[in-house]
Amino acid sequence: MAGSLTREDVSHVARLARLDLDDDELDRFTEQLAAVLDHAADVASLDTAGVPPTAHPLDLVNVLREDVPWTSLDRDEVLAMAPAAEDGRFRVPKILGDAP
Amino acid sequence: MTPPPAASPPAASPPAASPPGASPAGRQATPGVGTGPSAREIATAVRAGTRTARQVLEEHLARIAAHDGEVKAFLHLDGDAARAAADAVDLTIGKGQDPGPLAGVPVALKDNLCTRGVPTTAGSRILEGWLPPYDATVVQRLRDAGAVPLGKTNLDEFAMGSSTENSAYYPTRNPHDHSRVPGGSSGGSAAAVAAGFAPIALGSDTGGSVRQPAALCGVVGVKPTYGVVSRYGLIAFASSLDQIGPFARTVGDAALLLQVIAGHDPLDSTSWSGSLPDLVSATADGVDGLRVGIVTELTGDGIAPDVAGRLRDAADALADRGAKVDEVSVPAARYALSAYYLIAPAEASSNLSRYDGMRYGLRVTKDDVTQTNSATRSAGFGPEVKRRIMLGTYALSAGYYDAYYGQAQRARTLLIRDFAKAYEDFDVLLTPTSPTTAFPLGSKTQTPLSMYLSDVCTIPTNLAGHAAMSVPFGVGADGLPVGVQVLAPALGEPVMFRVAAALEEAAS
Repeated sequence: MAGSLTREDVSHVARLARLDLDDDELDRFTEQLAAVLDHAADVASLDTAGVPPTAHPLDLVNVLREDVPWTSLDRDEVLAMAPAAEDGRFRVPKILGDAP
Repeated sequence: MTPPPAASPPAASPPAASPPGASPAGRQATPGVGTGPSAREIATAVRAGTRTARQVLEEHLARIAAHDGEVKAFLHLDGDAARAAADAVDLTIGKGQDPGPLAGVPVALKDNLCTRGVPTTAGSRILEGWLPPYDATVVQRLRDAGAVPLGKTNLDEFAMGSSTENSAYYPTRNPHDHSRVPGGSSGGSAAAVAAGFAPIALGSDTGGSVRQPAALCGVVGVKPTYGVVSRYGLIAFASSLDQIGPFARTVGDAALLLQVIAGHDPLDSTSWSGSLPDLVSATADGVDGLRVGIVTELTGDGIAPDVAGRLRDAADALADRGAKVDEVSVPAARYALSAYYLIAPAEASSNLSRYDGMRYGLRVTKDDVTQTNSATRSAGFGPEVKRRIMLGTYALSAGYYDAYYGQAQRARTLLIRDFAKAYEDFDVLLTPTSPTTAFPLGSKTQTPLSMYLSDVCTIPTNLAGHAAMSVPFGVGADGLPVGVQVLAPALGEPVMFRVAAALEEAAS
């Protein structure tokens, strides 16, 4: 099983999850999350050789519908809730840098 | 949501006029807690024309105005929309038509159910002020059945919690004792039903979030079989575990409400295509000859002695009515809590990645898109949501995936196998719903693990995708409600409601 959770682990995970944590939060979350993971040691150490994983309670395959026109959400109603919108679209921050 | 004044009901509870709670311990309770007309009585009277939906509504709004300033069950009360809905029901009656099985019945909705044009926050700052552009399927079905939605109830942020103290807005108080939590995450809905603000309400149950608050507030709460109720319009927490379920003060009302919201929905690809038999009539079938198993793993260590005592009383009551009661072992139930606190956060970390500040909800603008994402999420999510996102991200991350998430999924398989074995010999299983009665506000907020342990008896059902419900059964040593949990296999709702009805009869 995995070892005990470190402050660096929490910092790394917070970065992956797009969360900014201050020093106090890092300390507190490290302690709290380590307690939960220590409790989970019973599962981590369980002998599960040959046991398949269950990802979902229903044994589902893809569910398809007829490809027919369908009422969509009202565009203006949707965009009215956006932090920023322009010309019938979501306005978002620039994701590409300026040309060199 | 616009916080308090506009969003919460008038805080005009009569200060000196409210009589002290009628409790032996002298604790403060909501006057009239646990009483009020049933949904069935209301619908019958409204359909017969002996009462109007508007009269029924005004009585409930008056109770809310008098007492919700103290209880704080609602995040958003919409009196005008409710009056319009009630008047529409009365108009239908006036035309000689039938508004449906919930004609004129006020209903409270957990605030993670989307309601078109009505604030829906999931108890989070990140969705403050958001007006959904559509109704959840369950909300549409309630409207179609003649029900009158009152507004949106408080919850732990994104349904993550067991006390409703993780709401970004304010905690809700237990109507039986205002110094105690109502349970969670659907604490607002449970409190609304217990306080007589509505005869019925909807919550969502990912690990016990309907059943545990139902137990703590002394009302009936149901987690239906996964897939029986459409999740379309339910703000996602852990998609393989989430299920919408009813609250009511009677088993019959819970059955009635479940029948209205159940059924296939093409908008939810995990929706079951069959239909349940009549649950209301199943409640009259009795328990003679049914085999009832008490789960040994969930009745010993960690269960308060008074709660364990009520469970024994409940088992005796079923035996008196002809059921065959015995003990049964479900060994993997011991690992369910740990498995859940890896699986649910893993799914949550994925589901909550959508809150990026781009399309709806909060945006905190920074220099670039990544910083904007991070600043938005850091400002918009509360500590419990951050903990679960990080726990889930960790459990899914390279190097730990197999040790944590993979192992938890295999433990889930073992649990399903152990349940299947138990159900070879038993029709239903019995456990306490919550290890304790309602605990004091603030007593578990600093140690998340202690809060997580509140769900030890309810979590196995979600992992298996089965059905379970909590039925009030007496009180604990502190005079507060105790709930007994009836578990049934997938689609075992009819037999589950038979047992629940027998327990209700025995408890009354």
